[in-house]
Amino acid sequence: MAELEYKVVVGLEIHVQLCTKSKMFCNCAVEFGQRPNSRVCPVCLGMPGVLPVMNKQALEYAVLVALALNCEIAGFTKWDRKSYYYPDLPKNYQISQYDLPFSANGFIEIPLEEGRTKRIRIIRAHLEEDAGKNLHTAGNFSQVDLNRAGTPLLEIVTEPDMNSTAEVRALAVELQRMVRFLGVSEADMQKGHMRFEPNINLVITKDGAEYKTPIVEIKNLNSFRALERSVDYEVQRQLDEFLETGETMETGNKSTRGWDDTNEVTVLQREKEEAPDYRYFPEPDLVPVELTEQWVEDIRARLCELPIKRQMRYVSEYKLSDYDAGVLTAERSTAEFFDEAVKAGGVAKRVCNLLTQVGLKLANEAGCSLAEVGLVAENVAELAKMIDAGTVSATAGNTIMQEMAKSGKAAQIIAEELSLIQKSDAGELETIVDEVLAENPKAVDDVKSGGKKSKKARGFLLGQVMQKTKGRANPKVVSQILGKKLN
Amino acid sequence: MAEKIDQAQVRKVARLSRLDLTEAEVEEFTGQLSAILDYVEKMNELDTANVEPLAHCLPVSNVFRADSVKESLGTEKTLANAPQRDGEFFKVPKILDGSSGA
Repeated sequence: MAELEYKVVVGLEIHVQLCTKSKMFCNCAVEFGQRPNSRVCPVCLGMPGVLPVMNKQALEYAVLVALALNCEIAGFTKWDRKSYYYPDLPKNYQISQYDLPFSANGFIEIPLEEGRTKRIRIIRAHLEEDAGKNLHTAGNFSQVDLNRAGTPLLEIVTEPDMNSTAEVRALAVELQRMVRFLGVSEADMQKGHMRFEPNINLVITKDGAEYKTPIVEIKNLNSFRALERSVDYEVQRQLDEFLETGETMETGNKSTRGWDDTNEVTVLQREKEEAPDYRYFPEPDLVPVELTEQWVEDIRARLCELPIKRQMRYVSEYKLSDYDAGVLTAERSTAEFFDEAVKAGGVAKRVCNLLTQVGLKLANEAGCSLAEVGLVAENVAELAKMIDAGTVSATAGNTIMQEMAKSGKAAQIIAEELSLIQKSDAGELETIVDEVLAENPKAVDDVKSGGKKSKKARGFLLGQVMQKTKGRANPKVVSQILGKKLN
Repeated sequence: MAEKIDQAQVRKVARLSRLDLTEAEVEEFTGQLSAILDYVEKMNELDTANVEPLAHCLPVSNVFRADSVKESLGTEKTLANAPQRDGEFFKVPKILDGSSGA
């Protein structure tokens, strides 16, 4: 068989719904799950004579994301009409941005395995309005719900810099985390807040020659799973097709495919010769936007430390594992809670363990975020200090965490109430150790004789002390006393 | 004068606009559209070498509104002019190609 190698090349278009209260060009509420066609007015219905007016918050949210993506912000930006022929946008056009988008030329760092990152270039990010929803399940007709029509939508376009499914996924997840950190989108996949359109082709090396397969765009993927599966499928399909037909990329042979979620295959939607002609033209109903430097700086001041930077800082500064750092930076409120507890004096690693092992479990059970389970950062810091000082055991610490979430009481008080304070007083423990040694002469002999049995016997004696103190003896102190007495 | 636009172009534009034209209409519009283009052609007489492209005809920018919610029309009023409805939805001919979505 001929020698064949290939490289996957993927660029992504991502649509992100911004979480403004009202739509982009009218005052209808942006709310998911309402009665069909109940959040609609003459503007988003496309009635004759109405005029759209731009939502300032939507623009500022969009600029904030573009700044986080290291984009250049245009001083002058305008709106265009893009021809559109489906009933979910009744105007017959979509208000979008064509030749003068508000931002371009940025990049995003995405996390790869083992703490490595990769820079993916961003071509542009622009604003547009979302369409409503067409439903095709009712019978020999389609149903239209216009509640979503006019929702502010940020379209982000990357360069084809991703070379594996894992990188595509990493970018999607990182972007989700970023917009959530910035508070500009809930980025809830189930509610369609984020949709992906990958452009995929392969660079194949065969018998020393290089071939590029025709580019395929997959439309409207609304889950990470669909995104990954469709890219995987498309890579294999293009490879098979190349081996069968030998067709390579040329101008105009890009095609569009849809994702069939049930059968997990991509399906041809639009062939090359039917390339869309959107006939953009300037939107006469909306005046341009001029973004002054001062305004952009005001928006820049609202940026926070971005999740990937935070994650890397947790690894380098606190020596947390990349995994733990990722867990703590999945949500902004969780990361902020962690930072607060560390600032209040808790050792990072200990605070991390308390939050990941108990706090997030409680949050999961309650279906809320860690910041909402009732914990106070200062109290968690205090508990971390108590564990590190040996005042309570790590196991008791977990019990205290749960109790803190319930009652909001301080760690010290709960520890006393539940009698979880460890006995670390050497004098008191020595008396107990002496008792145990007197009661167990055989074990004492085993330890003293050394050899195989010695370690086991030592553990047995320690266990006896713990039992006598109902688990409240500080095992470290007991070990020291035992060591002293048995040598 | 030579036609600025031919029938094939008119058919293409009609298809893009989802218009179903008769042969007579194609002929009629070819003439009309050519006349319009002739008229617009006059502007080429102007020297625009040093003129900035205009994004909007008004010398105004930055017209915004606050992100506040006002009451919508309500489902009944929204659907009042619909040619057909199905419960609380607009009812439209079945969309076959599945590529809608902004």
